[in-house]
Amino acid sequence: MLVRLRVDGEWREADAWEGSSLLSMLRDDLGLTGSKNACEEGECGSCTVWLDGVLACSCLVLAAQAHDRDVGTIDGLAGDEGDLHPVQRAFLDSGAVQCGFCTPGLVVAVTDLLERDPDPSELATREALSGNLCRCTGYVKILDAVRLARRRLGEP
Amino acid sequence: MEVLLPGTLDQALGSLAERPHARPIAGGTDLMVALNRGDERPEAIVDVSRLAELESWHRNGRVVLGAGVTYSRVLADSPGDDALTEAARAVGSPQIRNRGTVGGNLGTASPAGDLIPVLAARDADIELVSAVGRRSLPWHEFLTGPKTTAIVPGELIAGASWPTPTGPSTFAKVGPRNAMVISICSVCVQVDEGARAVRVAIGSVGPVVLRAPDAEAFAHDAIEEAGGWGDPSRRPAETAAARFGELVAAAARPIDDVRSTAAYRRHAVRVLAARALTRTLGRRLGG
Amino acid sequence: MSDMETFVDRPRGGIGESISRPDGEPKVRGAFAYGSDLWADGALWARTVRSPHAHARILSVDIGPALAIPGVHAVLVSDDVPGERLYGLEFPDQPVLADDVVRYVGEPVVVVAGDHPETARRAADAVRVTYEPLEAITDMEQATAPGAPELHPWGNVLRHIHIEHGDPGADADVWVEGYYETGMQDQAALGPEAGLAVPADDGGVDLYVTTQWLHADRRQIAPCLGLPEELVRVHLAGVGGAFGSREDLHLHIHACMLARHTGRPVKMVYDRAESFLGHVHRHPARIWLRHGAARDGRLVVVRARLLIDGGAYASSSTAVIANASTFAAGPYAVPNAAIDGTAVSTNNPPCGAMRGFGAPQVCFGHEAQMDRLADALGIDPIELRLRNVLRPGSVMPTGQVLRSSAPVEELVRRCAAIPEPPPRSAAPDVLELPGGAGNVAGPDTLRRGVGFAIGYKNFAYSEGFDDSAEARVTLSAGPEGPLAEIRTAAVEVGQGLLTVLTQIARTELGVGEVRFAPHDTTRIGSAGSSSASRQTMMAGGAVHAACVAVRGELLARARAALGLPAGADVEVVDGRILLEGVPLGDIATLLEPPVSATEVYRHRQVEGFDELGQGDVHVAFAFAAERAVVEVDEELGLVRVLQIAAVQDVGHALNPAGVTGQIEGGTAQGVGFALMEELVLEGGAIRNGSFTDYLIPTILDMPAMVSEVIEDPEPGVAYGAKGVGEPSTIVAPAAVAAAVRAATGRRLNRIPIRPDDIVGLREPLPWREPPEVPDVVFQTPLPAIWLAERPGAEPAQPHRLGE
Repeated sequence: MLVRLRVDGEWREADAWEGSSLLSMLRDDLGLTGSKNACEEGECGSCTVWLDGVLACSCLVLAAQAHDRDVGTIDGLAGDEGDLHPVQRAFLDSGAVQCGFCTPGLVVAVTDLLERDPDPSELATREALSGNLCRCTGYVKILDAVRLARRRLGEP
Repeated sequence: MEVLLPGTLDQALGSLAERPHARPIAGGTDLMVALNRGDERPEAIVDVSRLAELESWHRNGRVVLGAGVTYSRVLADSPGDDALTEAARAVGSPQIRNRGTVGGNLGTASPAGDLIPVLAARDADIELVSAVGRRSLPWHEFLTGPKTTAIVPGELIAGASWPTPTGPSTFAKVGPRNAMVISICSVCVQVDEGARAVRVAIGSVGPVVLRAPDAEAFAHDAIEEAGGWGDPSRRPAETAAARFGELVAAAARPIDDVRSTAAYRRHAVRVLAARALTRTLGRRLGG
Repeated sequence: MSDMETFVDRPRGGIGESISRPDGEPKVRGAFAYGSDLWADGALWARTVRSPHAHARILSVDIGPALAIPGVHAVLVSDDVPGERLYGLEFPDQPVLADDVVRYVGEPVVVVAGDHPETARRAADAVRVTYEPLEAITDMEQATAPGAPELHPWGNVLRHIHIEHGDPGADADVWVEGYYETGMQDQAALGPEAGLAVPADDGGVDLYVTTQWLHADRRQIAPCLGLPEELVRVHLAGVGGAFGSREDLHLHIHACMLARHTGRPVKMVYDRAESFLGHVHRHPARIWLRHGAARDGRLVVVRARLLIDGGAYASSSTAVIANASTFAAGPYAVPNAAIDGTAVSTNNPPCGAMRGFGAPQVCFGHEAQMDRLADALGIDPIELRLRNVLRPGSVMPTGQVLRSSAPVEELVRRCAAIPEPPPRSAAPDVLELPGGAGNVAGPDTLRRGVGFAIGYKNFAYSEGFDDSAEARVTLSAGPEGPLAEIRTAAVEVGQGLLTVLTQIARTELGVGEVRFAPHDTTRIGSAGSSSASRQTMMAGGAVHAACVAVRGELLARARAALGLPAGADVEVVDGRILLEGVPLGDIATLLEPPVSATEVYRHRQVEGFDELGQGDVHVAFAFAAERAVVEVDEELGLVRVLQIAAVQDVGHALNPAGVTGQIEGGTAQGVGFALMEELVLEGGAIRNGSFTDYLIPTILDMPAMVSEVIEDPEPGVAYGAKGVGEPSTIVAPAAVAAAVRAATGRRLNRIPIRPDDIVGLREPLPWREPPEVPDVVFQTPLPAIWLAERPGAEPAQPHRLGE
């Protein structure tokens, strides 16, 4: 089944199995392996992408549902020159990355949060990230990374 | 496996009419899990997530909530101290709320579905549409058992409708951690000033969402005895909430499963119902 | 470090700094290649057919319907295993593919390969296996009951540890006895089991796989493939967390068999449901404790009976029970002790290594006992612990004298001194309260409780296991200056090992650029497992030694180049040669050819147990203390953890942020173990094998943490640094449980605590007599009957040095 979609600003076409999720299509048919598969049931957030600008678990989107739609992924987050997004840089600088499997989903979710709310409270941050599981960090340094990114993004 | 992407409701209904075994997909929060696990391989899937007709939300005299409205939109477009909002906020995560829909919650018909107690406490009708017309079923006739509904092949859930609430409401659910839980028990209490009624619906404590008529009658009487219908500041006796809880628990039919025990569910629904009544009565004072 | 060869300035990015991890940038970009991201042209997808029965005889296997599916390239059964049919971490007891009997739900029976994951799934579903169910042992106490079916030729007891110290029959003024249980926790690493096996022209195979120990994998894979070890090349694929679940083989042999059979690369990834079936879990434990103390609070006697459920195959159960037994009394000086610990086989899912390795289970028990003793004696619980803590020179129940650094008293005092969080604000958001997003609580129904726990564990392997780690360091002239390359088979699973090794190289060699050669079995010896909190000491020790050797060679070249005698004052600092402090030039000229050194690091020798469980069995120890503050909705039995204060004994924090990251992550796993994590079994089948129903803490479940470290250097290891990965996981469950007890007044002798326990719907498990000690040879590291049938068989660990 031919699915045509715009991924990270570029129109792409994939011949995906009809029962594929958007996640599988991104990873296996489009070679975009940045989004991860840790549960395939929408519980862990490792597969988080933007679908028409809105945060979604790509494992819960049927590949065909992305037809003619806009998808944003971790693979496209860094700048055109390859420079890291401030949220990516903040994760690095805060020690918020251990095994890193949850990191792509979290980076997308944090970027989304700070775009919608540039100065979120800690509680609002926790609620916004409640769909992203991490097994390594205990979330402490992830919250540090959000604070750091918030500060840096707020600087002129 | 055939996948169809209709652009209009009529197209979708036409596709469904021709394919009795087709499954509609909107948010995918249930069907995709089954597909990913290999538990289901439908012959055809019809994407209903592009149908603007299903995303309407009317609020004059009667609330008509389209099946395609997501939890995020419910959260964003409703006042905070209202059961519908509280239920939407309690669902999953931001990612799930952005995709999960009213129609999906109804179509899956899990006894743990978070919006269903709210619809039940509002005496909602479920609107069904097909290529041959429309029909409307009271919620309790729509939900026929755990994960089963009265929907027939060719039909789509168009939405739910109910009389505009004339009083405050509360929703609460118990789960084993602080976020991302399938409820172990849930409660919605709805006050109807116009009808001088209290309605309560409970979830995850029976094969379907249940109402508790004895508890509702008791609550009505307790408010009446206190002279509270005309004057919300006259609250029922302290013991009324606890008694209400007991009656709600008596109406529950919980089971043991991997998530919890029948004993805990009955206990928790009693506590939750009492708290929900107290909170809702407090909201009558405009707090 | 030798006095003669020192550095004037410590280079940036060396030990003691919180440098960024070297693999961090690819990880934040989503570009890091985990096992599940690997691909090869022409690769096939594989899947496993698994037993639905806990115990059954296989009557027939019909692979015809699977082979008939278009796109299916191979369907393999036990008879297709080219070499040995059994493998195992401690000894080979586990079938590659079940042959005549299946012993647990999920045991692999058939593997298939197809051209698409969906093809492989359909093929697996099409295989027809018929079984005759057999009586299954699904309760660990059934395993040694009379008449129980024997699951293995050597019976159902994997190992029994018997420890007798002092006079176990000694009298005490006050006695407290308690029975405790811990459930089956799962490591639940987010990154799934994944691998790519590529058949090679030389008849061998290259396996890229998520693992904790490359060489142990090779050691087990090669005989089963009927290949010499040199033809089995195991390469590290990016690991998305391990916590013990990547220590045993999972898909390794299956993928290799399919690759060699089809002549095509074979990719295999477990989905979450299969992952729960595909790795070992934490041993469920039953713990009977009797503590006797004097009126002044000093412990007189600890009697412990432990039982752990090893499940269907041994994995590392024999080592786990040794650990659990030696730490059963806790980090306290106990003059008299009797500890009997048994690991048994059942038809439950196999259990093995998980962060803490037996210590979290016993810590839950001994800390509960200490609190109850404190209550019985009318002594403050912190004070009671201070009166009993181990100190350097203390004697453990195994007779081992604590020569490790052991700042336990300071740990307790520092942790207790950390300020508790202030009382709740007047109008909290519902999200802050127990029940979180469920909107259930009212502030007036909440009770706060504070709980404290201390614990410890060894780091590195025990009982005289001949452990070593090899590393090669090569210093060459890179395009932008001197470049150090480290070659090691030590595995990074996210814990920060590569960061620490980078820092060591920078410190020892004075260079900024450090990179790693690919991690595989081909050009370097074993580094041992990334487990037991051992790699900082072992791989770190090897890299340190290799760097020292490289530095020595470099300075010798410098002296030779300058025509100087051996004692001349030559240094290398920041890539330059200094003679008597004066810079003479770049070291680049000295690096042609590159300077290289290979070193093998071994820790000090330790020994096995004697017949009374006495012996210098552990290399060194690390201690931790945690204090938990919780808020409980008593009516609903829901808990919110408000704060965890952690103080850990780390010897030397080589990367401070890395250390606190380990403390925080380990604590989260402990919080999960206390409050929500348990694999629920029914008839040996896992009923909640998904993230929907196996719940790990979300960001709304983890509290703020205050973490501190104590740096009391461990003698005899590089930089005095201890392993840091496990202690927080050991103590956190006990601390959280203690806090919930304080808030509710409930006994709570089982973890994970359920709401039913808090509201009183489920009574605490009553005391009962523990099961008899089994009639087996004590301490033998592997079942004696198995050893007896294999004359000359070497157990993984020698019984006693010098024998």
